[in-house]
Amino acid sequence: MKNFFLATYLAIKEVLRNRGRFLLVALVIALITVLVLFIAALGEGLSNANRQYVANLDAQLIVFLEKSDYSISASRLETNTAKSVRRVEGVADAGAIYTSNTQIVSLPEPLKISMLGAEAARPGMPPLLEGRYFRGGEAREAVMDMSVAQRTDLKIGDEIEIRSTQGTKDQFYTLKIVGLVGKQAYSFQPTIFVPASTWELMRPQSESDLNSDTPYPNIIAVKLQDPSQVAMMKLRLQDQVPNIEVADIETTINNIPGYTAQQGTVQTQGVFTLLIGILVIGGFFQIQILQKVPQIGVLKAIGASNGVVGLSAVIQIIIVTAIGVGIGAGLNYLFSLGLPPTIPLEFNGQRSLIAIALLLFIGPFGGMVSIIYAIRIEPLKALRLG
Amino acid sequence: MNSVALEVRDLVKTFSLDGTTINAVDGVSFQVKSGEFVALVGPSGSGKTTMLSIMAALLTPTSGQVLIDGQDLAKMNEKQRVRLRREKIGFTFQSNNLIPFLTARENVEFMLRLNGKLDRAGRVRSDELLARLGLMERLHSLPAQMSGGQQQRVAIARALIHNPAVVLADEPTASLDTERAFQVVETFAHLIHENDRAGIIVTHDLRMCQYVDRVLQMQDGKLVRVVEDKKEIMELAHGTLTH
Repeated sequence: MKNFFLATYLAIKEVLRNRGRFLLVALVIALITVLVLFIAALGEGLSNANRQYVANLDAQLIVFLEKSDYSISASRLETNTAKSVRRVEGVADAGAIYTSNTQIVSLPEPLKISMLGAEAARPGMPPLLEGRYFRGGEAREAVMDMSVAQRTDLKIGDEIEIRSTQGTKDQFYTLKIVGLVGKQAYSFQPTIFVPASTWELMRPQSESDLNSDTPYPNIIAVKLQDPSQVAMMKLRLQDQVPNIEVADIETTINNIPGYTAQQGTVQTQGVFTLLIGILVIGGFFQIQILQKVPQIGVLKAIGASNGVVGLSAVIQIIIVTAIGVGIGAGLNYLFSLGLPPTIPLEFNGQRSLIAIALLLFIGPFGGMVSIIYAIRIEPLKALRLG
Repeated sequence: MNSVALEVRDLVKTFSLDGTTINAVDGVSFQVKSGEFVALVGPSGSGKTTMLSIMAALLTPTSGQVLIDGQDLAKMNEKQRVRLRREKIGFTFQSNNLIPFLTARENVEFMLRLNGKLDRAGRVRSDELLARLGLMERLHSLPAQMSGGQQQRVAIARALIHNPAVVLADEPTASLDTERAFQVVETFAHLIHENDRAGIIVTHDLRMCQYVDRVLQMQDGKLVRVVEDKKEIMELAHGTLTH
């Protein structure tokens, strides 16, 4: 304990008496922190933008068309598949989900959106924050997600006009916003939810599809009576319902086009930034220790133990790293306040916390070589007595 | 004169250089008592710095014994030697003496802090010692804000504050002008005598010997002459000693 207090005393005194130098290093660490947190936030934001809707589903399993390789866009199920799924023992509920893209054109700037067909109050339809669900049939009603509300001034009760290419012609449809759900971005776009028949009517479709008015769901979200029986239920569903394949939520997310590659890229960037941080911090403290060889020699000659010298270096690195990370995190917070919602950055994610923990760790890790060097300094050589 | 604070018995230190064995210290024996101020002199390469390093428990001898306050350095492990340096030895060096980010007062108090003895009385004693050395105005100055002489005086205060058995000074006047050098060594001698410590100053400047009680002259690793007579010491210091 005595060693700890001595080491802390030396570390704090040195930092305070060399404020300029240590602040400079702290600022370098702050810049690395900004970069790391920015990448972490980008990863979180991109990840959410891509998977948010699927990840938030109140379901444990997703039913795809057989041999669709768990690709939502490649899967197109029979209309009665949802009913068949609901009849399987152990299934609490199942909801068909229909996906497409369209554009709200009744805004000063047209907004590209995901238009999802879903069944009110069934898996696939997120819980309401405000308003009500749309009515059934071909009701010209929609529920918007929070991303739509944030990017536009739309409120419950407003009407929107969407454009949809039907065959070779553009068609325009009016929908009334009747409800609001939380953020449910899908395929990097804000989302509106409509009834299945309305979706079939308004979705962009090719000339050959125009003759059909039957909506075919892309996937079915399955809520289990016992969520711990995922593996068993997956096999049971595949066994009892023809022409399907079943995946859990994680598999579904990992098979969203580009998701794994995108996250891999972002994570690689993050790892490299951390490595650069380790090198920068390690380099700085190594140079500093080299400059302090005579001083460490004096300390050891007058009776300071290796424990005090090493611990002092560790505490100093922790102090400077913590200040740097603190400044960096503060800058990031200010940054986040000024960013428009179109930029997919999420600063409040688990990744940011992991990044901060890693940044606090890389200081002592980067300075490890210098700490070992400090411990190995021989007072005799340091003082040039030998 | 009191008890023996430092005893060196038949000390030998050999180094190997390019296959040749060099006797840096060759069979040296002497004692220094509490309250005695001794100069270890000799030309460059005579072995005086090696002697000092061994006495400071920074270097292990090839053979022979060094006893500080009755404790045999040869029987100690590294941890015990660190403790001995902290408790029993005061040290001043040629240069880079002080911790650069601590003020004069903090540098002196650090020795007490290191020994777990920094209390109100220790703080008062530290200030008194610095005042005695003419540094009252420099209590809050960092080493970089002080002259070489002032830094050496702070180092002397640090070497004495924890009442060590032995105070070792390695060329403390090397970077000082003549006037400052005399002042520093004279003050050092006074404090050694007043505090009843055993002081050893290693110097190549024979003029500094006028303040010591005994001169140990080394050459080629051997102790070639011991001058104890005050008159002879003064003649050595003034360069008039003929035999």
